[in-house]
Amino acid sequence: MSQPPLIEVRDLSVSYRFAGQQTQAIRGLSFSLQQGETLAIVGESGSGKSTLANALLGLLPGNAHIDQGELRVAGVDVAKAGERARRALRGRTVALVPQDPMVSLNPTLRVGQQIAEALQLAHRRRYPALDSEVLELLAQVGLDEPALRARQYPHELSGGMRQRVLIAIALAGDPRLIIADEPTSALDVTVQRRILDHLQRLVAERGISLLIITHDLGMACDRADRLLVMKHGELVEHASPRQVLWGSQQPYTRDLLNAAPAFVPRRRPGPPAGQAPLLRLSNVGKRFALPGQAAPFTALHDLSLDVYAGQTLAIVGESGSGKSTALRIALGLEAPSEGRVEFAGEDVTGYSWRAFRPLRRRIQLVQQNPFAALDPRFTVFDSIVEPLVSFGLLKGEALEQKARDLISRVQLPVQFLDRLPKELSGGQRQRVAIARALALEPEVLLLDEPVSALDVSVQAQILALLEALQRDLGIAYVLVSHDLAVVASMADQVLVLRRGEVVEQGAALQVLSQPQSSYTRELIAAIPGYSRSVLPVAV
Amino acid sequence: MKRYLIGRVGQALLVLWGAYTITYFILYLLPGDTLAIMLSASGMEADGLSPEDLAKARAYYGLDRGLFEQYFDLLWRAVHGDLGQSLSLGRPVTALLAERLPQTLALAGLAIVLSLLGGVGLAYLTAYLQWRPLKTALTRLPSLGFSVPVFWMGLLLIQVFAFGLGWFPATGSQGFASLVLPAVTLAIPSAAVYAQVLQRGFQGVWQEPYIATAFAKGLSRAQVQARHGLRNAALPLLTLIGLQVGNTVSGAVLVETIFSRNGVGRLAQEAVLRQDIPVVLAVVAVSAAAFVLVNLIVDLLYPWLDPRIAHTAKVS
Amino acid sequence: MTTDIRLYTAGDAAPVPAWKRRTRWQRLQQAVAPLLRRPGFSLALLVVLFALLAALAPHWLSSFAPYATSPADKLSAPSAVHWFGTDELGRDLYTRVVYGARLSVQAALLAVAIALLGGLGIGVLAGFAGGRLDAALMRLVDVLLALPGLLLALAIVTAIGFGTVPVAIAVGVGIIPGFARTTRAEVLRIKTLPYVEAARLGGASWLRTLLRHVLPNAWGPVAVLATLDFGAAILATAGLSFLGFGAAPPAAEWGTLIASGRHFLITAPWVSLLPGLFVVAVVFSLNHLARSAEEHAR
Repeated sequence: MSQPPLIEVRDLSVSYRFAGQQTQAIRGLSFSLQQGETLAIVGESGSGKSTLANALLGLLPGNAHIDQGELRVAGVDVAKAGERARRALRGRTVALVPQDPMVSLNPTLRVGQQIAEALQLAHRRRYPALDSEVLELLAQVGLDEPALRARQYPHELSGGMRQRVLIAIALAGDPRLIIADEPTSALDVTVQRRILDHLQRLVAERGISLLIITHDLGMACDRADRLLVMKHGELVEHASPRQVLWGSQQPYTRDLLNAAPAFVPRRRPGPPAGQAPLLRLSNVGKRFALPGQAAPFTALHDLSLDVYAGQTLAIVGESGSGKSTALRIALGLEAPSEGRVEFAGEDVTGYSWRAFRPLRRRIQLVQQNPFAALDPRFTVFDSIVEPLVSFGLLKGEALEQKARDLISRVQLPVQFLDRLPKELSGGQRQRVAIARALALEPEVLLLDEPVSALDVSVQAQILALLEALQRDLGIAYVLVSHDLAVVASMADQVLVLRRGEVVEQGAALQVLSQPQSSYTRELIAAIPGYSRSVLPVAV
Repeated sequence: MKRYLIGRVGQALLVLWGAYTITYFILYLLPGDTLAIMLSASGMEADGLSPEDLAKARAYYGLDRGLFEQYFDLLWRAVHGDLGQSLSLGRPVTALLAERLPQTLALAGLAIVLSLLGGVGLAYLTAYLQWRPLKTALTRLPSLGFSVPVFWMGLLLIQVFAFGLGWFPATGSQGFASLVLPAVTLAIPSAAVYAQVLQRGFQGVWQEPYIATAFAKGLSRAQVQARHGLRNAALPLLTLIGLQVGNTVSGAVLVETIFSRNGVGRLAQEAVLRQDIPVVLAVVAVSAAAFVLVNLIVDLLYPWLDPRIAHTAKVS
Repeated sequence: MTTDIRLYTAGDAAPVPAWKRRTRWQRLQQAVAPLLRRPGFSLALLVVLFALLAALAPHWLSSFAPYATSPADKLSAPSAVHWFGTDELGRDLYTRVVYGARLSVQAALLAVAIALLGGLGIGVLAGFAGGRLDAALMRLVDVLLALPGLLLALAIVTAIGFGTVPVAIAVGVGIIPGFARTTRAEVLRIKTLPYVEAARLGGASWLRTLLRHVLPNAWGPVAVLATLDFGAAILATAGLSFLGFGAAPPAAEWGTLIASGRHFLITAPWVSLLPGLFVVAVVFSLNHLARSAEEHAR
């Protein structure tokens, strides 16, 4: 350790000024990073972790201000350096792999041009070998047919491929440090795992330091040599993954770790024998005609499932697996191309909206994104009672009493009835959405990725609420999720979908602990934190 | 691609036909005695004519036939390049248009160039500047630009640059010098619209994550704005240029009247004053054609500038 | 299934805390208060209110009569008595501008009302019905867009005659396509939002969804456009009057005032420039209001 550290942060404080108010984003943070080391900074939203990434790159927005402290990158104090000196660091000393690959490439430039631009900056001029180096980089980050990819525009590539292009751009300047800001949270789990593996291999070969910014403690433990846990801009814990996993000293870190649903399939008695299913899909398929293509696209093929009262059926799949289509068919929002849908013994296949309407009182949906699921102009009261008003069930005082019951049931204070959605946090909005779905006292509740948009600690609270509701009210859940940990904590039955095909189906315990198909095994292996040592803590 | 082109041209012709038809029915169907209007436009009083003369006049203008018969006759002739006779001037409308059109094209062309230069320049500057007060002031400038009546701006420019400073002639259509003030007047509202849309475009684009990617490569602010900002921010502008053709034509009517220029706009104004229906119909049809043509070109240029929009089925 | 099992109650055995629904007026106040604290917004609001007051009760704002001539004072420069100076017949220009607000503002209001009715109707119908009806209506809007606003207005004026009302109708029809497009885009956007789907799944009919969710949420951008177009309508009616198709000369109307003043541009520039400046102030204020509201909503 004779070499000076690559990054040295001492007593750093950053604040934002907005509408005359000052908010502290980072308070008195200190840490250092050696050449070749991998460090993970873990925190939930509002912890200041993204501000730190921007500060290291010298790219803080105009309303941010470094109040005190030093921020040395390769010996240069970024906090005090001029724009020219910061620019010299970017790309050549510090590079960035941004958060969302779908929107992080310029849509109007070819992929090759965007990589070439970074190479050219690093060499400070055009040079003859430029084109071949672009192709070489594309091959190194694991893209097939580099010559074709270089000519394509970003929208012609998938999310994973775009992330690889972004890694190529980061590598182009031959940097000493790569900052990966939530590098794969926008991607499917299996893709996420492959890309992180690849990135770590490339970084290790070149001796580059890696700074991973993430909300996912499990992923951080898998990948990093050391961890910094941040909360509200302050450093909570500085430890190795092993120390964190084998019992952290800090309560917040322990909370974070426990909040992440442990991958333990639950054991519960199955449905009583002879009970008729509430919802039954038999051999359901769905095809869409694509404009400009002769063959229709098969979104779903030969799906059969039974949902029993008080039980949870989980549909697992990555994007494009057809899980949302299955949900929409069950809700009568789309007609299946083939197969039958039965609700409580009644064949509802191809019901019109009007014919389906009475059933809406028995089957309801909780949507994926709580930020768009509530009408911004409706108060919580208006939102919750809307189904009751639509069906004309209650009026006046009875309606207000019911609203109070519902809001207490989702564990929110009664005063919240008066709030508008913009005055609520994400978790609170999801509670309101659940209350709205419960208003009609349904027997089946469809949950479409109910917690994927929320912070980990909030996820745990919502999952606990759903669990309690099921226990008390005996509702059947159909849970659609890409997150196997969430699925394991809730499901009795599991159904794995891939590209519209059922890969595996059965009791949760059996599918998750003795998966038959390789795809399910791959999904399980890709759970962050699974590969190393989360299990010893959870078990 | 070829199929798309044919479809797009067909659509443009359909819109043109619709515009002609609507104008025709507005002019010939709305309340008001068409014959009396036409007679007074030709300098005769309907009241002073005997019933026989009236019938003769009706037959002369083709008003004795059914409405649709007249319409198809006019349409058929318009398709063959015959736009009828001016009632008040007694000359073929096509000859009038051929005489006046070059003036208006020169005016509109210069105005479009000036408005693009001014609008894009202002927005580019606004986006580059970082000093708050100046940035805010420049952001407000466009809404002042389209709050000013075109005709008033014309008068103000005449007052300052013709009467006050004597740099340019106040009126007339001779030479390039006489073109400057009218073109500037006509360009200001369009420039304001372009500037505002582009300013918003830049505001949006600066928030995009790919701008952060570009900065992280080590590009300077000027490089990021030129290479990654401008093209993406300017995409909505292209559609707008097409739509602004209508406003430019509208403005030309006012500007040519103020600066006493012999263009199509002034022809339209005079024709309306004299209720010269065939001329009004022809001018509206010609400007609709200009609008349709420019928008067709814009549509064909769009995929070239924005690769995400492809006319042909995507090959993966 | 019953719902009287309480998992959680706020406060220990305390009676349910008093909770009353906020009224619409309270919410409006909360929304507007921060805007009023901006000096630019308040100033613009004052200018617009002044123009509206002038349209309703011009005699409150000026002690002169708009048509009283006074040849001795003709073409006198702006002064403490005649704020905007006098015209070629010695009439007080400020008074004529104030009285002119009636015709101009009424014409603009009529134009915007026509555009709102037509545009909202077409936009909501197209956005909600979709399919062939949508395609047909949008082709109609395309055709209307292809007709330059002023020329369409000229055609209408040729057919139905000169005057303020025909001009207002003509201008209103010219603005319809813009409204229709904006409304349709908003309706299409909101129709696919999760909360609309949630309302439908909650058993709400399409009509209820339209009235309670889609229209109120689509209203914002449309209202902004209406304010902008109110300014544009003032400019367009003034333009048509300037060309000589609006109110006949003795009547005070903003476009006519500017037009009749231009013959004295060399000797008495204020006769056309000051009324014009007033129009600029009103329209700029309207644009500023619209823009502030839009920025505030974001």
